[in-house]
Amino acid sequence: MSEYSESVNTEAEAHLTEAHTHGHLVGYGTYIMVWLGLVALTSITVTIAGIHLGSLTLIAAMLIAAVKTSLVGYHFMHLKFDNMIIKVFVLVCLVIFLAFWILTFSDLSFR
Amino acid sequence: MANGSLANEVSYLEYQGKHKGIAGWLLTVDHKRIGLMYLMAIMVFFFVAMTLGVLMRLEMLSPGQTIMKPQTYNSVFTLHGVIMVFLFIIPAIPAVFGNFILPIQLGAKDVAFPRLNLFTWYLYMTGATLAIVSLFTGGGAADTGWTFYVPYSIRSAQNVTMTTLAAFILGFSTIVTGLNFIVTIHRLRAPGMTWFRMPLFAWGLYATSWIQVLATPVIGITLVLIMLERFLGIGVFDPALGGDPILYQHLFWIYSHPAVYIMILPAMGIVSEILPTFARKDIFGYKQIAISSLGIALIGYLVWGHHMFVSGMSDTSRIIFSLLTFLVAIPTGVKIFNWVATLYKGSIKFSAPLYYVLAFIFIFSIGGLTGLVLGALATDIHVTDTYFVVAHFHYVMFGGMGLMFFATMHYWFPKMFGKMYNEKVAVIACTVIVIGFNMLYFPFFILGYMGMPRRYYDYLPQFQGWHVLSTVGSWILVGGIVFMFGNLLYALLKGPKASMNPWGGTTLEWKVPSPPPLENFDEIPIVTGGPYVHDKSTYIMHPSREKIHTNGGAKSAKEEAAL
Amino acid sequence: MTEHSEIVEHAHEAGHVHRDDEASKMAMWLFLFTELLLFGGLFLLYGAYRFEYADGFKVAAADMNSFIGAVNTIILLTSSLSVALSIAAIQRNQKKLCLGMLWFTILCGLAFLVNKYFEWSHEIHNGIYPGGPALENMSNGEVLYFGLYYVMTGLHGLHVIVGLIFIGFVMVFISRDKITSTNFQKLENSGLYWHLVDIIWIFLFPLFYLLH
Ligand code: HEM
Ligand SMILES: [Cu+2]
Repeated sequence: MSEYSESVNTEAEAHLTEAHTHGHLVGYGTYIMVWLGLVALTSITVTIAGIHLGSLTLIAAMLIAAVKTSLVGYHFMHLKFDNMIIKVFVLVCLVIFLAFWILTFSDLSFR
Repeated sequence: MANGSLANEVSYLEYQGKHKGIAGWLLTVDHKRIGLMYLMAIMVFFFVAMTLGVLMRLEMLSPGQTIMKPQTYNSVFTLHGVIMVFLFIIPAIPAVFGNFILPIQLGAKDVAFPRLNLFTWYLYMTGATLAIVSLFTGGGAADTGWTFYVPYSIRSAQNVTMTTLAAFILGFSTIVTGLNFIVTIHRLRAPGMTWFRMPLFAWGLYATSWIQVLATPVIGITLVLIMLERFLGIGVFDPALGGDPILYQHLFWIYSHPAVYIMILPAMGIVSEILPTFARKDIFGYKQIAISSLGIALIGYLVWGHHMFVSGMSDTSRIIFSLLTFLVAIPTGVKIFNWVATLYKGSIKFSAPLYYVLAFIFIFSIGGLTGLVLGALATDIHVTDTYFVVAHFHYVMFGGMGLMFFATMHYWFPKMFGKMYNEKVAVIACTVIVIGFNMLYFPFFILGYMGMPRRYYDYLPQFQGWHVLSTVGSWILVGGIVFMFGNLLYALLKGPKASMNPWGGTTLEWKVPSPPPLENFDEIPIVTGGPYVHDKSTYIMHPSREKIHTNGGAKSAKEEAAL
Repeated sequence: MTEHSEIVEHAHEAGHVHRDDEASKMAMWLFLFTELLLFGGLFLLYGAYRFEYADGFKVAAADMNSFIGAVNTIILLTSSLSVALSIAAIQRNQKKLCLGMLWFTILCGLAFLVNKYFEWSHEIHNGIYPGGPALENMSNGEVLYFGLYYVMTGLHGLHVIVGLIFIGFVMVFISRDKITSTNFQKLENSGLYWHLVDIIWIFLFPLFYLLH
């Protein structure tokens, strides 16, 4: 009986800590690496903007911004460790936002 | 839950907590009391807007000026539209019945964030107050129509700014309600209540809540831009500075088309509750109905352009939007088919809520079919901005959601107040409402087809016959509505006590006392089957008394915790 | 397996009845979506007008100091890092480090706002503001560019301020041990908010400063 209850406690505690720390301790170093990546991408955007690439400038800038966003989302915002459902939420939100763009531009670009 | 058992002996209406009397309502975090507070506020605004509608009809009794000036008429239809849309039809079912019933149907003690829930009511009241104040301040009541189209809305000397601010705050209130419901549905379903054991009303609210969260912010920023445009003249909607008014329409309808599904999806959910109860039969095609709610919500995001066919948007875009609009008919058709099939071979018990539902199916079908006329490019160009449109949206909005609001009031009345209303009077009132409704709005289709434009206080003499018929219809309709509310009010004061389950309903709200106790359940029940099973109980209401541990339940709850 | 989940259930009942971190995280994400779509409407307008007035936008953006923009970008990215680190610190029970990181975040946020202040006052000084004298002689594209510039960076600045207030509250909670290594969802949520503010800037920066 006591043995049982003890195992209950530890199991429960293990679960509690897992639930509340999300069970994932990310090293400080990882975050700093991500930050370095973000800074590097920023300087790349600035550099690319200086070169005359025509309409590619905008595309490149947006692509880089998207990469930066996914770095922030995935690592800083812990999407990496989140339940599937949160990831699905984010996806749904982005898809619908994209639909707004596509349909609005179906008007603007054919006027 | 030390005080839980004590609290559960009295109903939520009688319970005295930390705050007594009126403060016990204004400071409550109980989802049921908040639902009732919403009900009261919403009823008041409904009656105000209804009066405005009747005044408009009075004006249209004869050509020329009858009872009001053109400027007054402009303000009246704007106010009527704003109140009906933002204060009545969008919040009504989620905020009143969603709040009251959803947690009980899920087997929960409250919504996920009770304090936030109360906060939405205060937001609602703030928005409503601003809308009222805007009538008497600044340049007087807004006259833009509820659509606030630019450039007129940035030039109008009336108090448009405050009206848009009101709409902004009301939008915020519905966002928070939606957010609260999504989390509630994900996190607070009782053990064993899998997604496909969830009542269809909850599915309807779930789809609705997603629209509230993902569409309302767009109108929020659009309204803010109108205010900024009026104060500062930033130019984004001002053609004189290069702004594009059509973009305003895009942003407005990106929200406002999905908003019509905010209005109708909860109503459709309730149809799916009432039918199996009174057909005494499991609903036909449960999964299709559940999924079609999500389908409608999704497609609803993609069709907004059908409000803009004559705005000057590109031909390509018009064709795309027209095509996409027809897609909405598919999930809607699925629902109507399943509802009718539910009645087929059921042992139907005719009762007031069911009469309303049948009226709904009839009227909403007319509204939906005329929607196809408006969704088709060529025919829309003939009838757009005429009374045909006004008829269409009253058929879907009032005949759809409005009638279902009345149906719901009857269906859950015994649960909410523990009293029974007079059935005969309720059925008579329903009949009067249906007759008045069709007499008021059907002539609009004909008038619109003949070319009567909307939002005019005057008309050509040849239209008078139909206008008179319609105005008389408005009196009959209002008579029916007053009769109906009178009946309910009388029941509230003098009605006989209602039993726990007067209709033989199968969802969880019928397993708790009427009116429910403060925390709904003394124990979180376990769900063992679908929501509309009539021949056996699918709930274990007191798991611990029956010595059942939540093994199975907890497991499936855990599996679904990821959801 | 069933036994295991029963235990979890009990642990839930005993430990904390009302707390559901997963729920509050979910709510926070939903709230972030509404913020995203709020800005989304503005981004859509930006896209539309840039499409229509590509040249006017370029002329107008030439006026912008992309160096200050880049500095502000780095500042916000760094503040995002420090928020992330503060969460890592509280998980390890390093309260001091956690608070330090949040102080640093607040400093970054303030620095960002100060920069913005100078930028705006520079423009306003030159008569570039809605209805301003310089704007009257400009083309439609330029007027719209600056209209959007003020609205979007202004709304973003407002969000920075709100984020700072959130973080301020969270710091009070931490110092009173209301937020601890086992109970830090509030910190996590304000972090989420702060990162979103950062993400919006990640897009605003190239869109307003880097159009050559
Ligand atoms: C007693 C009931 C009602 C009457 C007599 C009534 C009557 C009218 C009339 C006469 C108009 C103006 C037509 C025009 O000149 O263009 C109108 C517009 C409108 N009604 Fe109603 N109505 C009623 C109920 C409702 C309900 C329940 C809703 C919503 C759920 C609603 C929503 C609207 C809207 C959105 C407009 C358009 C306002 C605008 O043009 O900006 N009405 N109604
Ligand atoms: Cu529509």
